[in-house]
Amino acid sequence: MADSSLSRAVRWDTVVGALLVVVLLLSFGFVDGFGNSLNLSFLIGNTLPIALIALPMTLLVVAGEIDLSVASTAGLSGAVMGALWNQGMTIETIIPICLVLGVLCGLVNGLLVTRLGLPSLAVTIGTMAAYRGIAQIVLGSDAVTDFPSQYLDFAAGRIGDTFVPYALLPFLVLLAIAVVALHATPFGRALFAIGASEEAARFAGIRVKRQKLLLFVLTGLLSSLTGIFWALHYASARYDNATGLELSVVAAVLLGGIDFDGGKGTLGGAVAGVFLLGALQNVMSLQDVSAQSQIVVTGVLLVLSVLGPRVARQIAVARAGRRAAAPPPLPKTPAPTS
Amino acid sequence: MTHPSDTGPAPVLALRDVSKSFGAVRALRDVSLELFPGEVHALAGENGAGKSTLIKTLAGVHRPDAGQVLLDGEPVVFHGPGDARDAGIAVIYQEPTLFPDLSIAENIFMGRQPRRALGRIDHKATHSVTADLMRRLGVDLDPDRPARGLSIADQQIVEIAKALSFDARVLIMDEPTAALTGSEVARLFGVVRALREEGAAVLFISHRLEEIFQICRRVTTLRDGAWISSELLDGMTEDDLVRRMVGRDLDELYPKQEVTPGEVALSVRRLTREGVFTDVSFEVRRGEIVGLAGLVGAGRTEVARAVFGVDRWDAGEVEVDGQALVNGAPSTAMAAGLALVPEDRRAQGLVMDMSIERNIGLTGLRTTVKAGLVDRGAERSRSLDWAVRLQVKYARIADAVGTLSGGNQQKVVLAKWLATGPKVLIVDEPTRGIDVGTKAEVHRLLSQLAADGVAVLMISSDLPEVLGMADRVLVMHEGRLTAEIPRAEATEETVMAAATGRAAA
Ligand SMILES: Nc1ncnc2c1ncn2[C@@H]1O[C@H](COP(=O)(O)OP(=O)(O)OP(=O)(O)O)[C@@H](O)[C@H]1O
Ligand SMILES: [Mg+2]
Repeated sequence: MADSSLSRAVRWDTVVGALLVVVLLLSFGFVDGFGNSLNLSFLIGNTLPIALIALPMTLLVVAGEIDLSVASTAGLSGAVMGALWNQGMTIETIIPICLVLGVLCGLVNGLLVTRLGLPSLAVTIGTMAAYRGIAQIVLGSDAVTDFPSQYLDFAAGRIGDTFVPYALLPFLVLLAIAVVALHATPFGRALFAIGASEEAARFAGIRVKRQKLLLFVLTGLLSSLTGIFWALHYASARYDNATGLELSVVAAVLLGGIDFDGGKGTLGGAVAGVFLLGALQNVMSLQDVSAQSQIVVTGVLLVLSVLGPRVARQIAVARAGRRAAAPPPLPKTPAPTS
Repeated sequence: MTHPSDTGPAPVLALRDVSKSFGAVRALRDVSLELFPGEVHALAGENGAGKSTLIKTLAGVHRPDAGQVLLDGEPVVFHGPGDARDAGIAVIYQEPTLFPDLSIAENIFMGRQPRRALGRIDHKATHSVTADLMRRLGVDLDPDRPARGLSIADQQIVEIAKALSFDARVLIMDEPTAALTGSEVARLFGVVRALREEGAAVLFISHRLEEIFQICRRVTTLRDGAWISSELLDGMTEDDLVRRMVGRDLDELYPKQEVTPGEVALSVRRLTREGVFTDVSFEVRRGEIVGLAGLVGAGRTEVARAVFGVDRWDAGEVEVDGQALVNGAPSTAMAAGLALVPEDRRAQGLVMDMSIERNIGLTGLRTTVKAGLVDRGAERSRSLDWAVRLQVKYARIADAVGTLSGGNQQKVVLAKWLATGPKVLIVDEPTRGIDVGTKAEVHRLLSQLAADGVAVLMISSDLPEVLGMADRVLVMHEGRLTAEIPRAEATEETVMAAATGRAAA
C-alpha cells in the first residue's frame, strides 16, 4: 500500500476509523441506553441495509460512477416480494425472482450508462423515480407482514444473548469478498484506473464498459437483496420501503474517503463511514431527534465528507513539502566518462 | 559560480541563483539565466534536468526557494502566472492545458475576452483574431470548434496561438515543436523570427538539436538541476552541446541493425474509417521497422488507434500473426500480441495520479495474476525491471507518475508496453519530449526489439528519426497512403513530397 495517492486516502480512513471509535466511546459513556446489547443489535441491524448497498456503491464511485436508484430497487424488490407472497407463492421461489429483478434494474442502469453514454447521475435519478413508481403500481398502499416466521426470525434475530445479529455474518462474508475484489484483483485494480482516467484505462486494454456494466448489475443485485432483508427485518413489505436510503449510502461512502471524482479510496474507509453514520443516527434516535433533523444531519455530513478528504490531502501534501529537509539521493544517470 | 555575461542591452528577464526543490528532488540549484531583447535563447538539458521547472519559475507558477527573478534588472515576485502575464511574459507550457469544452477561440482568449458594450463578450472579434493567428501559423483550424478531440499537435498549435495573442516582450516556449512536423515547425520559426525582429526575447526548449541551431543565438545548459554553461551557439557543434547536456560523448543516435524480415506479423487490408482515412493497406514483417510519416492531420494516429481497437473501423480487416482482430476491442488486440504506445501520454498513456509501479502494472493485469489475485511481488519486479531498463529517473517507484518530468513520463509509457512482450509494437511519437541520450536509447531498444523478431510500426513527426530507423517508410496524405519508400530511397525530399501530396504515388 505504498501508492502515494492511496497512503493519503489511508490517512483519511484512519481519521474516519478514529472518529468512529470516539463516537462509540462517547456514546457508551454518555448516551443512556446506548450500550445495552439490544440497542447495539438495533444499531447494527438498522445500519446493515446501508452497509450492504455501500459495498457495490464504493466500487461504483471508485470507477467514477454513481447509482441513486438503489433505494428504489430495494423498495421494488420488497413490493414484488409482498405481491407474490399475497399470490401464494413460496418464499423460496420469490427470493430468486426478486434477485433477478434487481439484476434487471441494474442492467437497465448499466446499459443506459455504457451503451448510450449517459451520465449515471442523470440516468439513476430517472430510474430512482421509475422503479419506485413501479413498486407502487405492484403493491399499491398495502403492507405485507405475514412472512414465514423462520425468515423473520433470521432477519431480526441475534445470536443468543449477544448483540450480534445473524444477518451480520453473511454481510461480513460479502464484505470480505468486496475487499478482495476491489483491492487485490485485476478487476479492482482496473476500477481505480477507470475512475482516475477512463481514456488511459481504455488504452491499456481494460474493458471499461463491460466492467461498469457489471458493477451496475452487482449494485442492482445487492440493492434487491437489501430490499428483501429490509422487508423481513422490519416484517413489512411496502412500496415505500427504504425511501431515502440512497442519501445515507452515498453520504457514508463519501464520508469514508471515496473520492466523488473516482479513482481513490478504500473499502475499509467506506465501511467505517457507514457505521459512523449508523452510530450517529442511532444516538440521535435515542435522544429523540426527529427524523427530519436526522436527514439534515446526514446532508451536512455529506457536504463535510466531500470536503474532509480534500482538506486532509492538502495538509498531507503541505507536510510532505516541509519534510524535504534531508533528501535521499536520486538514482543518477551514468557518471561522466570524459 | 560563474555568471553568464554578455555585452549589449540589459536583460529584460533574468534568474539569479535560483533554487527550487520538490520534496526530496532538487529540481534547480543556483541557476542563473539572462534573456535579452531581440534574441532567441535555447535551454538544453536531459529529461528531468529542470528546464520546465525553470520556466515555471520565470512564469510565476513556482516561487523559487532561494534566489531572485529580475525583470528589467529589478527583483520581482510573481504571485501567479497572471502577474507574469501582466509583465509581458507569454508562456507555452510543455503539456497543453486547454479547456476541452471551450472553443479554440475561447481558449485563446480565456479570461481576457474583448468586450462590447455592457460587458458582453465580442465573439466576432475573438473569432477574427483567432482566424488571423491560425493564418499566421499556417494551419487550418476552425476557431469555433471545441478543443476536445484536437490532436496533440493541434493542441500545441492552439497553445502557441494563445501565447502569440499577447503582445509579449518575452516569449517562453517549452518544447512547442515536440509533436510538429517540418512544415509546421518552419511556420512557427517564421513567426518567432518576426517577433525577434520586433525586439522580443525568446526562450526556447527542444530536444531536437537541429532546431536549436536553426533558431537560437545562445544556449544555457542544465544538468541535474545545476547550471552548466551559457554560451553562443556560433562555432558549437551538436556533439559539443550533447556533451554539455549529458556530461559525456554520445553513442550513435540511430543505431539501426540490419535484420532480414521474417513472416508478416501485422497485416492491414483496405482499412477505412469514414471521413478519417480511406483504403489503407500495408504489412509489417517480423524484424522490420516500418516508418509511418505524414503531416499533422494526415490520419496516421487515427489508423493506429483503429488497428489497436480504441476506435472502430468501417471497413477492412486487421490481422496479427494471421489472426483476425475484432473491430473495436483493444483487449483482444493485446491478447493477440499488439501494443500501442499512444501519442498523448497524459490522457491516453498514463493515469497521472497512479504510481509508476501501478501504471506499468496496468498492462500486466492479465498476466501477473496468482489464483485470481494481483501478484504484487511479480507486479513490482516487472515494473522495477522495466523502469530500470529504460532508465526512468524517479525517486520512488511508488511515486505518482504525474510528478515525473515529461520525458520520464514518456519512458514509463514505453515501459508499460514493452513489458507486455508484444509481437507487434505500434509506437506513436515514441520519442516526443525525450532527450537525445534517451532518444538514442529508445532507438537502440526499438532496433533490438526488431532484431528479436518484433514487428515495429513507428509513427513519427521527427523526419530524421524516421529516415534513421525505418526499413521502409509509408507516407500518408489526407487520409490515404500515398507512397511506400524503401530505406535506400527514403530522403527528406522524397518523403516530404509524398506527405504534401506532390508525389506521383
Ligand atoms: N510538481 C512536482 N512535484 C515533484 N517533483 C517535480 C515536480 N515538478 C518537477 N519535478 C521534478 O523536478 C525535476 C525536474 O523536472 P522538469 O520537469 O523541470 O524537467 P525537464 O528538464 O523539463 O525535463 P523534460 O525534458 O523531461 O521535460 C524532475 O526530477 C521532476 O521529477
Ligand atoms: Mg520539461
